[in-house]
Amino acid sequence: MRYIPNSPDERAEMLQVVGLGSAEELFSSIPADLLLRAPLNTPAALSEIELLAGFEETAGRNRAARRPSFLGAGAYSHYSPTIVDHLIQRSEFFTAYTPYQPEISQGTLQVIFEFQTLVCQLTGMEVANASMYDGSTALAEAVLMAERVTRRQKVVVSESVHPEYLEVISTYVQHAGIELQRLGFDAATGQTAPAALSLLDERTAALVVQSPNFFGCIEDINALAERAHSVGALLVVCVTEAASFGLLRPPGASGADIVVAEGQSFGIPLSFGGPYLGLFATRERYARQIPGRLVGEAVDKEGRRGFVLTLATREQHIRREKATSNICTNEGLIALAATIYLETMGPTGVREVAMQCAQKAAYAARRIGGIEGFTLPFNAPRFNEFIVRAPSEANALLSRLAAERNITGGLALSRYYRDRPNDFLVCVTETNSRAEIDALAEGLAALTR
Amino acid sequence: MNSTNITKVTTHPTQNEALIFERSQPGRVGYRLPALDVEETPLDELLPGNLRRDDHLEGMPEVSEVDVIRHFTRISTWNYSIDLGLYPLGSCTMKYNSRLNERVARIPGHANLHPLASEEDAQGALQVIYELEQHLSEITGLAGVSLQPAAGAHGEMTGVMLIRAYIDARDGEGASARRRTMLIPDSAHGTNPASANLSGFKVKTIRSTPEGLTDLDHLRELCAVGDIAGLMLTNPNTVGLFERNITEICRIVHEAGGLVYMDGANMNALVGVARPGDMGVDVIHLNLHKTFSTPHGGGGPGCGPCCCTRELEPFLPVPRVIKDEDKFRLDFDRPRSIGRVKAFFGNFGMMLRALAYIQTHGPEGLREATEAAVLNARYIAHGLTADYDKPFEAPPMHEVVFTDKRQSRKGVHTLDIAKRLIDYGFHPMTIYFPLIVQGAMLIEPTESVGRQELDQFISAMQGIAREAAENPELVLNAPHTTRIGRLDEAAAARKPVLRWKPREAASAA
Amino acid sequence: MANVPEDLQYSKDHEWIKVEGDIGTIGITDHAQNSLGDVVYVELPKVGESFSAHEAFGSVESVKAVSEIFTPVSGQITEVNESLQDEPEKVNNDPYGAAWMIRIRLSNRGEVDSLLSAAEYEDFTKAESE
Repeated sequence: MRYIPNSPDERAEMLQVVGLGSAEELFSSIPADLLLRAPLNTPAALSEIELLAGFEETAGRNRAARRPSFLGAGAYSHYSPTIVDHLIQRSEFFTAYTPYQPEISQGTLQVIFEFQTLVCQLTGMEVANASMYDGSTALAEAVLMAERVTRRQKVVVSESVHPEYLEVISTYVQHAGIELQRLGFDAATGQTAPAALSLLDERTAALVVQSPNFFGCIEDINALAERAHSVGALLVVCVTEAASFGLLRPPGASGADIVVAEGQSFGIPLSFGGPYLGLFATRERYARQIPGRLVGEAVDKEGRRGFVLTLATREQHIRREKATSNICTNEGLIALAATIYLETMGPTGVREVAMQCAQKAAYAARRIGGIEGFTLPFNAPRFNEFIVRAPSEANALLSRLAAERNITGGLALSRYYRDRPNDFLVCVTETNSRAEIDALAEGLAALTR
Repeated sequence: MNSTNITKVTTHPTQNEALIFERSQPGRVGYRLPALDVEETPLDELLPGNLRRDDHLEGMPEVSEVDVIRHFTRISTWNYSIDLGLYPLGSCTMKYNSRLNERVARIPGHANLHPLASEEDAQGALQVIYELEQHLSEITGLAGVSLQPAAGAHGEMTGVMLIRAYIDARDGEGASARRRTMLIPDSAHGTNPASANLSGFKVKTIRSTPEGLTDLDHLRELCAVGDIAGLMLTNPNTVGLFERNITEICRIVHEAGGLVYMDGANMNALVGVARPGDMGVDVIHLNLHKTFSTPHGGGGPGCGPCCCTRELEPFLPVPRVIKDEDKFRLDFDRPRSIGRVKAFFGNFGMMLRALAYIQTHGPEGLREATEAAVLNARYIAHGLTADYDKPFEAPPMHEVVFTDKRQSRKGVHTLDIAKRLIDYGFHPMTIYFPLIVQGAMLIEPTESVGRQELDQFISAMQGIAREAAENPELVLNAPHTTRIGRLDEAAAARKPVLRWKPREAASAA
Repeated sequence: MANVPEDLQYSKDHEWIKVEGDIGTIGITDHAQNSLGDVVYVELPKVGESFSAHEAFGSVESVKAVSEIFTPVSGQITEVNESLQDEPEKVNNDPYGAAWMIRIRLSNRGEVDSLLSAAEYEDFTKAESE
């Protein structure tokens, strides 16, 4: 086995040194009836050539990966500068462990400190952690944190939050004594329905919304914050399309108390859903209630600046069952990728990406909205996603579009909403050319003519 | 090297890389996008002014591509890494991260696949998930596998929730409400009690025996109370010993109506040699970023598959990947499932790498890796016994624990030994864990290290033992060779500075 | 050797109390701060909250440990030492003075009688460390 340095002879010598006659004796503390008698039934060892051929073959059957695509809904196709993937492959980053020994982990620690700063700048918040698994689990952790901060047990969640995120919240809180109440959305605007906010009361720990929401509609965060705060609840804002930070008013500037986001848009490959990057930011006064790792500035005896993991008493390795979360390993390398992405793009690039997304989406919406039989059911302001109502069943239409026009036209909402058979969600980013958008519109028109 | 006042070169650019924010120069640019190719919508029509951000992202760095490359290359050199040498962190399994696996994860057909692509258009990815589940099932001897959890602790939470759902279904909600105690050994990882708490369990701690194993009498006593939902056990345990009574332990817990959860952090000692399912374990999580060599990346991403018995399988997270003839599909219709623990399907990129690891090794290679890992640990145990206190007699599996008992008589503690090890060119071992061993030093070499380097490590540790006896100051002030010295962590925690701020803002605060 | 002032009373949880009238002033002992190491954070209750004897009313954190603090007597909080928020290091520097933690209105004066004297506490800590 080429990954094992010691040759069989060397291993035989080492066995002798430790006083054993055979490799089997290494396992003498395992009762004999538990020892496997035959090799595992896993595939025989492959060479590099064979193995790559196998993975190329499975990759080839992922047909959607090679097609112009207008899929979004929590995972976005954005441009990633070449240096992002290059730099994260440096041994010093990708083969390092969690930075528990600061003297020989300053590279990773400084990256996380920069990452925390960037997340604060983008969200308009005061403190951010070193990352969570993804947007959905970050949102579930935000709900748990709101309960800790307010010591209230009811959480009101807008229906316009990503359906899979709603499922994850439900799983996380099912044994936490938290009661979830769903808040409907307005049929005309697609935003969280103002009338439904009467669900908020003095028992409410948090109001949870997503913006832009699952339908692509931008929520009125200021107004929602006011309503939440009027009953002493926190406002938790979730963002699945982090590119929107480049254009939209940051939730922190509109009164949000906790902001979580999926950071995949910052240069991270789609990779069939992961690994992604949970962003988690809040107000300074709640810093001791944050889940996960935090990096802070420190000095050594000679006054040199360095960085350390800090406020660790919140975490599971110290506070055990009373910890703010059970999270240990987070998404370090993905946070590094996002940091490199954001620093390479800079304020100008982050703004330009956001502007191109919004402009191209507006163009696509005009094109598709203008096709006979197609409507855009929601009228709220949007960023780069919008719902289209087709004249026929969306799922069948999109399948034909893929088969006949080689375009993945979007996500049929029937995957999550049985009562919306004709609706589909279209996402446009800076990677979609005008020609692709035109082909999408022409394809939709041709297939419904 | 015996001077504690080596003068450091203070102006070397690679040693003084500032925060990127401090490097920023107005007008520098590091990217270029194609020009906008659609008719522009007037800004106010695109988005009302009150919804747009008006801070111009102030404070974000403005740098060129060259600046970014130098910045990250420089600070990367301040890290230790597996590729540099032995990384003997006990309980972390820092083994070689194959470049081939990195290449596999970057094949465009996998890397560019959207998670909401239709099943027909994602057959290759579904096959990868399905096959990896099959292999992990074979390796653990457990029938059901979900790859959805994103890391070990997430897999733990999933597993503990399975136990809760199973008991609720078996006993009925009312009856099961009396089973809310999770037993956890005092030597366990902190994630175990934290995960149990997330699932609504009360934690009771089981003592370890002086031999470092689970105290069976105490276990029986706690089980007799009649309120236990289960036991969370690491095996080999966190002092590196195989729980030789594992079958009996499982029997006691099962007879008391509970289930056995195994923390699979230490599976690198067992792959191809013994299987948790055969021991009576009901559910286990694996760490693909430990046992199956997906890179640790300075703190993640991980992947924490949850494997369970056939009885628990209906409760696994949705969706499940099903094989129908030669087609793969997603099954969302799982009424008894605990629900989803993460959006989409888990950390797919890690699954590709782990599958490549399993295929590269083959069954013989998997066993060979386990043997080599245990042999290396045994070799270190043998090499250090003369100089360091070894609290447990029994031969260790893939990791071995020593203490600072002898050195602390001279005022040299585990932390100091760890820091001094840095001067010898090694990353320190895991320190002060497990909590039951005073001054613990937990050493796990893994299979990815050759004999010469093991000898160097042993002789470094012997050297430190000598220094601790003869020149303790040298050890107490270590490390001497790093860019910075020990940091004042107390001051950092008292007045936390958790982000950079522009100078004016920082001084105003 | 840890400092144990004569004029205070002590609990086996390593808190001290000074009773004046029906008000008790409570903090942690020199021995306790010594074994914790550098204190970085003190979490205290709000004025008006009530606790019964031996109940945790807050916690003290060092860089890598958290310890709960227990009130030796039952009663209602009348005052908390807000200055510890900004200067937790006082707990290390002056545990019996500037680092007092709470003042509590005793609801059962009898509880004071069961507390340890300075000499008894010294014996207790000695026995504990053996």
